[in-house]
Amino acid sequence: MNVETISKILRTVPREKAFYFFTSIGNYTGVSASSLKEFTEKINEVNIKSLEFHLYRGDFEKWINEVLQDEELAGEVRKLQKFNLTSDALRNQLSITVSRRLKRLTSQFSPT
Amino acid sequence: MKFKNNIVALDVTDLKILEALQEDARQTYTAIGKRLGIAHSTVYDRIKRMEQYGIIKKYTALIDAEKAGAKNITAIMAVYTDPKESEKVAEKLCKAPEVLEVYTSLSEELLIMAKVVAENQESLHAFIANSVAPLPGVLRIRTSIVTKKFKETQFSIINYPEKVNIYKRNT
Repeated sequence: MNVETISKILRTVPREKAFYFFTSIGNYTGVSASSLKEFTEKINEVNIKSLEFHLYRGDFEKWINEVLQDEELAGEVRKLQKFNLTSDALRNQLSITVSRRLKRLTSQFSPT
Repeated sequence: MKFKNNIVALDVTDLKILEALQEDARQTYTAIGKRLGIAHSTVYDRIKRMEQYGIIKKYTALIDAEKAGAKNITAIMAVYTDPKESEKVAEKLCKAPEVLEVYTSLSEELLIMAKVVAENQESLHAFIANSVAPLPGVLRIRTSIVTKKFKETQFSIINYPEKVNIYKRNT
């Protein structure tokens, strides 16, 4: 993966493209993430109901794929749906998946 | 209709004309005049003045959306905002065609309440996630989807004459 692609994935997106965490239809928690780094932080603090709501609707993979344009991570997050994880197990697994990807991308990235 | 200290004061005849219009806004000046025992020209003059002063805002049709084939859902959305941004948030909501009514309320936190319609739950969520949550100053949102409507009507001032400035003629 080239530096340009990594830089695109790690960029901060404008607020209208950010991820807004909801707990159910129309119920916004007040937590949002504008970059992969921020997303990694927020999934560790947001209400667990929000993670369950978005994971099984496919919202995380959609945002990661369409906004951050990281197909690989989107695929890894999609796979988590198969395990029917809930509560802390879901948070831990999602956090591990996203953090690992962030770490890998950051280590490959040396901004010019 | 009289003016006192820049306040428009309606008399009993004005209120009766408004009541007649609220029942059926398509009836003629003659029909209203006949019903109230006054000349149609009087009805015309008073209606024109009430239009001119914005007491009568517009004439519209009440549509039963369900019978018209629309399968919309209605939701009441409570938007908690940063007080500094609430005015702008309310103004933005007013511009969205999905939003039918917007109110502000000062409780413990500054709150905007809005009545929203959408085709289905998914489009309601998409509207809130894409157009409301990203607005600067929005702190969080609570939304309740309406499951059954028990009453929906317009405020009828004739039922609450004590709530309007009524000018009583000295006759």
